Amino acid sequence: MSIFVDESTRVVVQGITGRDGSFHTARMIDYGTHVVAGVTPGKGGRVVEGPGGARVPVFDTMNDAVAASGANASVIYVPPPFAASAIMEAAESGVEFIVCITEGVPVLDMTRAYAFVADHGVRLLGPNCPGVISPGKATVGIISGDIVTPGPVGVVSRSGTLTYEAVGQLTGAGIGQTTCVGIGGDPIIGTTFIDCLRAFAEDAETRAVVMIGEIGGTDEQEAAEFAGHSLDLPIIGFIAGQTAPPGRRMGHAGAIISGSSGTAEEKIRAFRENGIGVARRPVDIVHLTREALR
Amino acid sequence: MNLHEFQARELFRDAGMPVPPGRVATTPEEAAAITADMGGAAVVKAQVHSGGRGKAGGVKLAGTPEEAETHTRAILGMTIRGLTVHKVLLVPLENIAGERYVGILVDRAVQAPLFMVSREGGVDIEEVAATNPAAITKLRVDPRFGLLPHQAYRLGRALFDAPSLARQCAAVLSQLYQVFMNNGASLCEVNPLIATEAGEVKAIDAKVTIDGNELFRRPRLESLRDPDAEPLAETRARAAGLSFVKLDGNVGCCVNGAGLAMATMDLVKYYGGEPANFLDIGGSSNPDKVVAALEIITADPSVQVILFNIFGGITRCDDVARGIVEATKRADIRAPILIRLTGTNEARARDILAAEGFSAFTSMDDVVRAAVERAAA
Repeated sequence: MSIFVDESTRVVVQGITGRDGSFHTARMIDYGTHVVAGVTPGKGGRVVEGPGGARVPVFDTMNDAVAASGANASVIYVPPPFAASAIMEAAESGVEFIVCITEGVPVLDMTRAYAFVADHGVRLLGPNCPGVISPGKATVGIISGDIVTPGPVGVVSRSGTLTYEAVGQLTGAGIGQTTCVGIGGDPIIGTTFIDCLRAFAEDAETRAVVMIGEIGGTDEQEAAEFAGHSLDLPIIGFIAGQTAPPGRRMGHAGAIISGSSGTAEEKIRAFRENGIGVARRPVDIVHLTREALR
Repeated sequence: MNLHEFQARELFRDAGMPVPPGRVATTPEEAAAITADMGGAAVVKAQVHSGGRGKAGGVKLAGTPEEAETHTRAILGMTIRGLTVHKVLLVPLENIAGERYVGILVDRAVQAPLFMVSREGGVDIEEVAATNPAAITKLRVDPRFGLLPHQAYRLGRALFDAPSLARQCAAVLSQLYQVFMNNGASLCEVNPLIATEAGEVKAIDAKVTIDGNELFRRPRLESLRDPDAEPLAETRARAAGLSFVKLDGNVGCCVNGAGLAMATMDLVKYYGGEPANFLDIGGSSNPDKVVAALEIITADPSVQVILFNIFGGITRCDDVARGIVEATKRADIRAPILIRLTGTNEARARDILAAEGFSAFTSMDDVVRAAVERAAA
């Protein structure tokens, strides 16, 4: 099993004719993901060719794309000024799951898009995230299939490359994954740690979860408390940014310590208090996960 | 991006908020002349992107133009939390009957703008939040409807008992919400918002932080950026499309991805070293970015070793390798360079590096340990 995406996922690529959109469309198809349509306003009627002779029809609007293809998910690669609009268009089109890869979306745009998506009962992943991959089934976003392998561990992370690092180490150690989810580094995101933990807990094949957080906000603390009270699932935690100075944005818009809130220490304490094993080094993630699976 | 108080005050005034007129001085003589214009007395306020200015001696009352000159001489050039003061703001003295705190920010937990107001004004609000959270009233604003009039009045009543003051306060909050939304802010704060003895509500402080993601569509705000208010290396990094924060250690770090960059710094510390910087070269890094990154790192004289940690995904390892080779040809880099790369085009990258006499690690743990050892040697 897996969460959020699998063999039944049928994806529309929003921004399919752009540089990132076309590149990752090819990689998703190459991995076996069902990419059934693309959208670029003004370029409806074209066809994007992919590996293995794949031909993806392009539409002007999400409504047209979903009506013609029966898609149930979308992935967004459009530039930041148009990303919130693309999210809301997708929410109205009838897909159940939206992944927004775009980095640099204005936060106030996201507050409106978030409310809109919630009203439509659609799940949004991101923005500013690497997407989601269920090894052997589908990848929606930019996570490379080369570093994953099927297995019993769920991975959820706020970061991109740090996720690859952790997943790469797991795979290298022979520990496979059910699904790897990047929830994104922005302050306003559609899917939180708690959402992912809940989904992993309901997934019959996921036997342990690796949760990779970073400084800023209180999402990790809330997730730890939720897990401590409501879940019977081994969790291994890692927090990046123990050496980050307060008040400075560390790349990600959400990675900032405000006052005494959002520090790595605070998050690590919350993990410990709720029975979550804490990896001090990335390599310890592998050791702790192996123990948890025993 | 943080605005200076004098810049934030202009945004407040443009929105119609009751902000007493103030003027900026860059010399003691100028401060004296402005104070004379203001009727002979003023408050002299250091203009730096830092809280705690009062405690640091950066805010002084001047009863005469001569006093304003003396205070300004003392404040200009002083360092507050590592930042040098280049400008002061002069504002009129007020007869203060009460001080309040009002602020609005994008709150991650409620996924929306959130007002926070308190009768405990004029003090550090984070301290109030820690010691007496009940003294803070919060209100989530639905961004689709904005701050509704009855909500603004409710917050006004939370701050002031007198109906006239509550009404004035409600108006100020509505204006503050407009400033927040119309400028793409992530934080707007007035501390203190005062009631004068004459029964007027006034904003005598202003703090505004703009969401960096908004600047592409707000060139006027981008032009308010003060290059003196941040280290030169950070200005250069931004121009090169890099994300950089200077730290105090001697292990220069160059990493792709913010999370991995932080984890790399942490691992340096774990093995007993100190990172010299946070540096994220971003996703699709071309060789030029790597060259710029190396120039910025090596400009820091405390750097003893340079550590590359690249997990190739969108980032192609061969691009990074070409950048390293190019940079070492352009400039004489005296610090040793230790490289870890793995992922996309790794083999090609190793060939490029080997041709120039470099070797590369495959494990993050190994390269960090080696870098810390070299820095200590």
